[in-house]
Amino acid sequence: MQQQDARTAWLLLAPSLVILLGVTLWPVISTFILSFFHAPTGINQVRTFVGFGNYLEMLRDRTFWETIGRTLYFTVVSVGLELILGLAIAQLIHSRPWGWQFLRFSLIIPWAVPTIVNGAMWRWIYSADFGALNGLLMQLGLIKHYIPWLAQPNMAMNLVIVADIWHTMPFVALVLQAALATLPGDLEEAAAVDGANAWQRFWQIRIPLLKPAILVALIVRTVDAFRVFDIVYILTSGGPAYKTMTITYLTYLNSFAFGKQGTGAALSFLISAFTITMALVYIRIFYRPEETQ
Amino acid sequence: MRTLYKISLLVLALLFVAGTVGCAPKPAADVVTIHVLTMDQAGLKPAEIDQIAREFEAKNPDIKVNMEYLGYDFIHDKITTGMAANPPAYDAVMIDVIWPDEFIKAGYLLDVTDRITPEMKSGMFPASWNGVTRNGKVYGMPWLMDVKYFMYNKDMLQKAGITDPPKTWEELVDQAKIIKDKGIVEFPIIWSWNQKEGVVCDYAVLLYGNGGSFVDANGKPAFNNDKGVEVLTWMKQTLDDGLTNPSSISSDENMVRDNFIAGESAFAVNWLFQYSDSNDASKSTIVGQAAFAPMPVYQAGADAGVKGSSVDGSSSFAIMATTPYPDQTWKFLSYLTSNEVQTRYSAEMLPVWQADFEGEALKQLEGATPNNPVTVPAFLAQFPYANERPTVPYYNEASAALQLAIQEALTGVKPPQQALDDAAAKWIELAGK
Repeated sequence: MQQQDARTAWLLLAPSLVILLGVTLWPVISTFILSFFHAPTGINQVRTFVGFGNYLEMLRDRTFWETIGRTLYFTVVSVGLELILGLAIAQLIHSRPWGWQFLRFSLIIPWAVPTIVNGAMWRWIYSADFGALNGLLMQLGLIKHYIPWLAQPNMAMNLVIVADIWHTMPFVALVLQAALATLPGDLEEAAAVDGANAWQRFWQIRIPLLKPAILVALIVRTVDAFRVFDIVYILTSGGPAYKTMTITYLTYLNSFAFGKQGTGAALSFLISAFTITMALVYIRIFYRPEETQ
Repeated sequence: MRTLYKISLLVLALLFVAGTVGCAPKPAADVVTIHVLTMDQAGLKPAEIDQIAREFEAKNPDIKVNMEYLGYDFIHDKITTGMAANPPAYDAVMIDVIWPDEFIKAGYLLDVTDRITPEMKSGMFPASWNGVTRNGKVYGMPWLMDVKYFMYNKDMLQKAGITDPPKTWEELVDQAKIIKDKGIVEFPIIWSWNQKEGVVCDYAVLLYGNGGSFVDANGKPAFNNDKGVEVLTWMKQTLDDGLTNPSSISSDENMVRDNFIAGESAFAVNWLFQYSDSNDASKSTIVGQAAFAPMPVYQAGADAGVKGSSVDGSSSFAIMATTPYPDQTWKFLSYLTSNEVQTRYSAEMLPVWQADFEGEALKQLEGATPNNPVTVPAFLAQFPYANERPTVPYYNEASAALQLAIQEALTGVKPPQQALDDAAAKWIELAGK
C-alpha cells in the first residue's frame, strides 16, 4: 500500500520535476559540456572540442589569478567585516536597548534594496562632482577638494566593499540575532555565578553556542561574496585599470562581451570549484558532529 | 473511486504544467508586433521615437511596434542574449559602428542589400553606409551619424580673457591653465576615460590628431609607436597638472555631460547630445553658454598636415536574420530613417540624408529646430575628419585590452609605453586566433 502511494506521489510530482530539472540540472550539464568546446557566440557557429583547453588557458593566464586574488580580497574583507559588525548589532538588539525594535526593522531596509538599486545609490554617493560623501567630508572640513573616489586604483575596491557591506551585513545580523534569541540563558547565568566575567561568558559560552548560525552565515555570505557581480557592474565596470575586476565580471566579459562561451563556461565551473572548496573548509573548521549531539 | 481520484490529480498536475508553459497571449492574427531595441543616450529621446512609432502604426494598422530602450553600454549584450532565442527577442536592433563584423560573423544580421533603393543609396551620406556594409553586402539602415565634438563654455573663456577657443591641444593646455589660475573652475577639462568604449573613442580623437593610427598599413597595431605614446603621456600629464578633472577616469559620456552642463568644466569632448542638454533649462546651469569649435589637433599633427580629427560614432538599424517579420520590420525602419521623419526630429540628431545639407534644403534644415543653426555647421565642420576604429570581429576584446592599457597608464600602474605595448601584444594574439 505504501509502495503504491509512493508511486502515485512520484507520478504526480513528475511533471514538476521535469520542469525543475529542465531549468536547473540541464543548464548545469550543458554548461559543463560547453566548457570543453571553443564556442563563439552566434547562430550555427561551429563548436570545436578543445578538451580541458579552456580551463588550462585560464589557469595559465595571469589576469585570471590576479582576478582570483582580488575576488578573494573582496570576499575575506567584506565577509569578515560583515561578521564583526553583524555580531555587534545582533548583540545590541539582543540586549534590548530602547528602540531595539525600530533598529531591527530598519536593518531590513538595506537588505531589501535590490543590489542594482544599491549600486546606483552608492554611485551617486561616491560621485566625484555631486556625491554626498564629498559633500559630507567637505562640510566637516576633512577634505579641501572633491575626490574622485572610484577613480583611485587603491581605493576603488574598498569602496565597492563598503557598498556591499551596507547592503548585506543586515542578513548576517538578523541570522545571528535570531540564533541569540534561542540560546538558553541558564548557562551564562551559571557561569556568572561561578565568577566568569562578561568577556569570558561571550567567548567561552555564547560564541561556541552560536557556531552553527555563524557557519550558515559564513557559508552563505562567502559563496555570495565570491560571486559578486551586480555592484561591480554598476559602480565601476571592473575599473579603474581592472582594480575592481572580479571573477564573475571576467566571466561575464568572456561570455557576452567577447563572445567566448566556452571560456565563460569553464570560468563558471572554476568559480564553483572555488566556492565549494571554501564551503568545505568552513565546515571542516566549524562543524564538529560531537557538538551537535 | 481511488483510481478516479488519482487520474483527476494527474490531469490537474498536467493542466498546471500546460498552463505555465502555454500562457503567452496570442496576438490577433492580422496584426503583427515587431520588437525593436535601441539606445537611450545619443540620438533621439525615447519619447520622440515612441512618437514616430505611433505615427507609423497609424499609417500601418497591421503592424504594432514595441520599442525597448537601454543605455548604450547594455545594448551589445542584450542583442547577443536576445539572439539565443528563436524567434529572436528583437526583430530589429540598433548597432554601433564597431559591432557589424562580430554580428555578421555570428550570423545575426539580415542581408538587406536588395531592399536598399537607389534613392536611399545615393541620398544618404556615403560614409553613413560604412557601418553596415561589408564585402559589398548591406546589413542595415544608417540611423545616426555622430562624431565626437569639442565643446567649450564661451562665458568661462570670456571671463578668462580668452578670445578664441584652442586650435591645438597645446593651446588647450595653455587656456586651461589660465582658467584654473583665475579660479573660474578647478578642473577645466572633462573626458570620458572610464573603463568603457568612451576612453578608446577619446584616445582615437587624440591619436589621429597627432598623426597616429590604431593599425599600420599591414593591419598590425601601431598605437604603441611614438605618436600613440606621446598622446597617452599627454593625457596623463593633464591629469597630473590638475587640468583634466580626475573624475574623468571614472566618467562615461553621460557623466561628462552632467559635469559640463553643471558649469563644472570649461572644455569637454562628447557626442552631439551634450549640446541640446546644455541648453535645457530643466537640467543645465549653462543655458546659452555652450559652443562648438573644431576638434583641436596636436601641433606636430598640424605640422604634418593633419587638418582635423574625430571618431566615427555612427549607428544603424539592422534586422535580425531569424526574425519571422523581415518585411514589416523593414517597412518600419524605412519610415524611421526616412528623410521626412529625420528632418522633423533633427533637434537631437541630424539626418543621414546628404541632400538635406545642400542648397535650399540646408536652409530648411538649419531652421527646423532652435539647435540646428549651431549643430548643422558643427557637424559639417567635424564629420569629414571622423576616423574609424578597427573593423574586426574581435573588436570588443581588443578594445578592452586598450581600455585597460590607457587606464593603467592614467592611474600610474604602468608607464604609457609598457601599457600600450602590452595592449598591442594582445591585439596580435587576438588576430592570430
